[in-house]
Formats: sequence, C-alpha cells, structure tokens
Amino acid sequence: MNGTAQAAPPSPRRPFAARPGRIVAWTILFLGGVVMMTPLLFMFSTSLKTASDVYDLRLIPQTPTLANYIQVLADGRFARWFFNSIFVATVVTLSCLFFDSLVAYTLAKFQFRGRQVVFIAILSTLMIPTEMLVIPWYLMSSQFGWLDTYWGIMFPGLITAFGVFLLKQFFETVPNDFLEAARIDGLNEFTIWWKVALPLVTPALSALAIFTFLGNWTAFFWPLIVTTDQTLYTLPVGLSSFAVEQSIQWEMIMTGAALATVPTLLIFLFFQRYIVRGVMLAGVKG
Amino acid sequence: MARIELEKIVKNYGKVGVVHGIDLTIDDGEFVVLVGPSGCGKSTTLRMIAGLEEISGGTLRIGGHVVNDLEPKQRNIAMVFQNYAIYPHLTVAQNIGFGLYTAKMSKAEKQARIMETARVLGLEPYLERRPAALSGGQRQRVAIGRAMVRDPVAFLFDEPLSNLDARLRGQMRLEIKQLHQRLGRTVVFVTHDQVEAMSLADRIVVMRDGHILQVGAPMELYNNPADMFTARFIGTPEMNLIDATVAGGGLDFGANKDAVAVPASLKLPHAIAASQKVAIGIRPQELQIVDGEAPVGAMLLTGKVRVSEPQGSETYVMLDLADGQAIARAPSSISFTPGQTVRFTAPVDTLRIYDTCSGRLIK
Repeated sequence: MNGTAQAAPPSPRRPFAARPGRIVAWTILFLGGVVMMTPLLFMFSTSLKTASDVYDLRLIPQTPTLANYIQVLADGRFARWFFNSIFVATVVTLSCLFFDSLVAYTLAKFQFRGRQVVFIAILSTLMIPTEMLVIPWYLMSSQFGWLDTYWGIMFPGLITAFGVFLLKQFFETVPNDFLEAARIDGLNEFTIWWKVALPLVTPALSALAIFTFLGNWTAFFWPLIVTTDQTLYTLPVGLSSFAVEQSIQWEMIMTGAALATVPTLLIFLFFQRYIVRGVMLAGVKG
Repeated sequence: MARIELEKIVKNYGKVGVVHGIDLTIDDGEFVVLVGPSGCGKSTTLRMIAGLEEISGGTLRIGGHVVNDLEPKQRNIAMVFQNYAIYPHLTVAQNIGFGLYTAKMSKAEKQARIMETARVLGLEPYLERRPAALSGGQRQRVAIGRAMVRDPVAFLFDEPLSNLDARLRGQMRLEIKQLHQRLGRTVVFVTHDQVEAMSLADRIVVMRDGHILQVGAPMELYNNPADMFTARFIGTPEMNLIDATVAGGGLDFGANKDAVAVPASLKLPHAIAASQKVAIGIRPQELQIVDGEAPVGAMLLTGKVRVSEPQGSETYVMLDLADGQAIARAPSSISFTPGQTVRFTAPVDTLRIYDTCSGRLIK
C-alpha cells in the first residue's frame, strides 16, 4: 500500500509455484504416470471391445460391450485358474511367513556355532537367478512325481531367502528384554516366538506377505513349465493359453488380465499403508 | 522362604572372566542392592540368579535348593527390566496377565489376580490401554505388576529406574520401597546410582571388576567404606582423598604440606611402614569452616576457593590445594568469592587412612 514490495513469506503450500525444479519434477512424474497408466487403460479399453474392434486403437471403444467378461466368467476354466492362483499364492504366502520368520528369528536371536555361515549360505542363494534353477527344479519334480501337482507349483517358493533376510533384520531390532521377560514368565521358545516376537515385527510380516502374494499371483515362468494339465494352470499361464489356442484373442486376454488385476487392486487399496511402508522398510533394512 | 545364596559364583564368557567367584547370602525378605560402575558384573550376577545366564562355576541356592540348572520359570522369581519389557501389542491388563500365562488357574482366578495387582499399583483406570498411551512411570508400574501377579518368591530389578526422569525416579523409588515393605518378598536390585542404592537397600553390595568389595547396611558403608573405591562411590559429593607418605612416624603431604596439617596426636597403626603411600579420607560433611583461631589437635585444611555451589540448605565449596582439589560443606549463610583462601578443620578421629597401593582401609 505504501508501494514498497513486500517479500512474500515462503509458503510450503504452493504446489504449482513455477520454480524450475518443480516443473522438471512434475514433468518427470507426469511422464512416468503416463507410461504406467497407458497399458493399463488399454487393457481395460480392449476388454470392452469386440473382436473386430481390437485393432482400432481408440482408447474409448466405439461400441463398448461386456460380452467378453460374460464369456470369460462363464468359461469354467477361468474360474478354475483364478482359484488356482489364489490357492497357490495364499499357501505360499502363509508358508513363507511361517518358515521364513522361524528361520529369521533363530538366526537373529539365538547364539550357536555356525550361525553366520548358515545365514551367508541362505543369503547366497539370492544371487542365483531363477532361470538357472528351473532345470534342476524340473528334474526334481519329474523324478518325485510332482509335475502337474499343486505341490510342484508351490515348492520352490515355500521358504525364501529374501524373506529370511528381511525378517532377520527386524527380529534383530526386538529388544532381548522382551524375550527374556517371557522366558522368566515360563513361556517355551516356540510360544515366545509366536506370542512375543512375531507381533513385534508385524510391519515386516505385512510387507513380506504383500510381496510374496503379489509375486506368486503374477508368477508365470515356473507354473508354465511344471504344469501341462489345464486344470492346474494358474491365471497368468491360463491367460497366455488364449494366445496359442485359436490365434491371439486379444480381447479375451485383456478381459482375463483385467479380472486378474482385481485382487491386486484390492490388496493395494486395503494394504496401501503397509505396501508403502514395506517398500521403505525393504529399502532401509533390506 | 526365599533365601538366595551365592557360593563362589563364577561367570566366564569364553576365556574372559566377568564374575570371579563371589559369595553372598541374601536373607528372606531382604532388600539387597548390587551397585557398581558399568561392567562390574552386577547385571550378570542378577541374570545368573534369574537363570538368563548360565553359571560357569559355583553354586546358587534359592530357598535352600540348588537351582544352577533350573529354567528361569522353575526358580519362581520375577524380574523387572530396564526398558520395562512390557509388550506394545498388548493392553495393560494383558501385559499384567502375561505373568500368569503358564499358571494353572481358572480364567476368573487369573482375572481376580490381575485386578488385585492393578488395584495395588493404581493401574485400574488404564487396564484397557496399550503401553504407548502410558507415561514412563505407569509403564514401569505395569512391568512391576507383571512381576507381582505371579506372587514370586523373589523380585529381581535390573536398573529399572534409569529410563525415568529425576523427579519420577524419586517417586518410583519410594513406591518400590513401599511395595517391598508391603509384600515382604526378597528383592535384588541392580543399579549404578549410589543414591538409589542408599535410599532403597537393607544392605548394599558394592561390586567392581567382578568382585564384591564390600557388603553392608547403607550407613555402615557410608561411615566406614572399606576401600578407596567404595569411599568414592558411596556418598555425594564424594569423599576427599588426600595423598600422603608415611615419614618419621607422621604423614608427609608433599606439595600439600602447607595446605594439610594433621596433629601429632594422630596415631598411625603399627602395621604401617615408613615411606608407604597412603590417602587420607574425609567427607565434605565432616569438615567445619574455621573462622579465627584454628582448634588445637584437629586436622586443618587450607585452600583457595575455586567455585562454590549453594544448595539452599548448605553450600559446597570446591577448594584448590597445592596439589589436587577438595570439597567441603559450609553453612549457606556464608558466601565465598573465587580465589579467597579458606580454612576447614575436622576432628582427628573422623580421618580414615587408606593404603594407596591396595586401596584398602588401614585405619
């Protein structure tokens, strides 16, 4: 009012302040978002198209239809694959949580000869790529008669070195006093693990559960190799079979894929908090 | 009956000895405080009593039974930890009830026990809260509650107050003492804080480097510390120890010969050898400020005021001697200026003489 320019107080609440750094950051984020979203949008869009419209690359279908969904859901195979995937992912996740945390707890909280060696041995398996393991797994499965069984699909993932590693870091942060107090109260070691140690590492358990479930939900390579019986296909394997049977039925594949994302989206919606934290934890601790 | 007897108890970690054959008998219902600096073996000793550390050698008896190889639970003792060790995922009631996890009693009976414990500790309004919603003092009470609920024969406390602020520590100290008077159970309490030790203990056990230096009632230790370490450790401010050398049947204070004077009436024991190095121990509280003529036949201490600390009821004066320093207590009515020369005196019979070499009390 007296004409002198007053410096505006720096306000953190100005998201669109035209600072060069901001503009670059927002541009990168926007481009990243577009790259991530486009295939997803096309998947949904294609799933709403008729077979003849598939190669018409409009994002919004000219004649949207739910016929594909009806067809996929009415096809008994899809329901079966869906169930297989849920079953496999759930069992593997539970098994991972149970066994990984037992191993991790033992390595973190018990002093015994060779502890470091065991830990390093477990850790070193992380360095071996799956591609190298697939042949031995296959030979093993074929000799034990595990081909075309649920067990055959699941066994490689029932205990994971990553889970052991992640949880061990967390168990190490649990104060020994907690465990000793329980020991004095007369709990046995298994109950101490179950009642005291596990609840104290829930964030890490949730993170591991989410990673494991999603990893198994989308697993393709091993289930494809170990199964030839269509009724044992997991969802990704089943969906890929749309591509080989009668040319490529893109609209069917996309419909199946769209349905397959539903559990993932649900998990993300409900566990968003834990996923973000889990990624952070894995970043910091793992 | 929960008399705890330690007989030549040893703890080694590999080749490193931590506790070197200590003997101690703690009577039923007694409140014993193990005190000493970090690494003195006090916590290790407590953990051996609890059964959390294996005993490398010696015999441990609780209530007359050898318990060396018994599991913690079978010893029927309870322990309160430094960081409380109450479980963040359980409510106060569940935490207290955790002590009864393996107890063979009905749900109603357990519930009654939990309620009674909560009542005694004033935790009734917080039963459904989780530890995160409690203050430090309340958490400590929950930890004590979990120990109490089992009605153990003895309580072990491992520095339970060191995480609390000064005011709360004083308050909890009082509560623990009252609880002990009320329950009459044996208590073994570990701390590095000598004030805590003095105010709580029936008997104090002073430890250093895995050895017991002295065991006694608080006032006994305060008045007659058996060695220089205990003399310094017990009492605030700590005892003055002034170096001297035995010479010609008397004491030679070397550089301090103008600052310290002891009368000829101070009789040195016969055991003392010529040119032996000794230290004269005198508590700041035993020194009296001299105004005018110095009394005859008493010790005289002269020094320059470095700094004075008024406490309200009294003032502590830090004195620079020719060699080293001394602390004296003076009435709060007197004010001091830095650099001022003052004289203090103490009766000869209050002086303690320590052998500097062994640290043991000579007289």
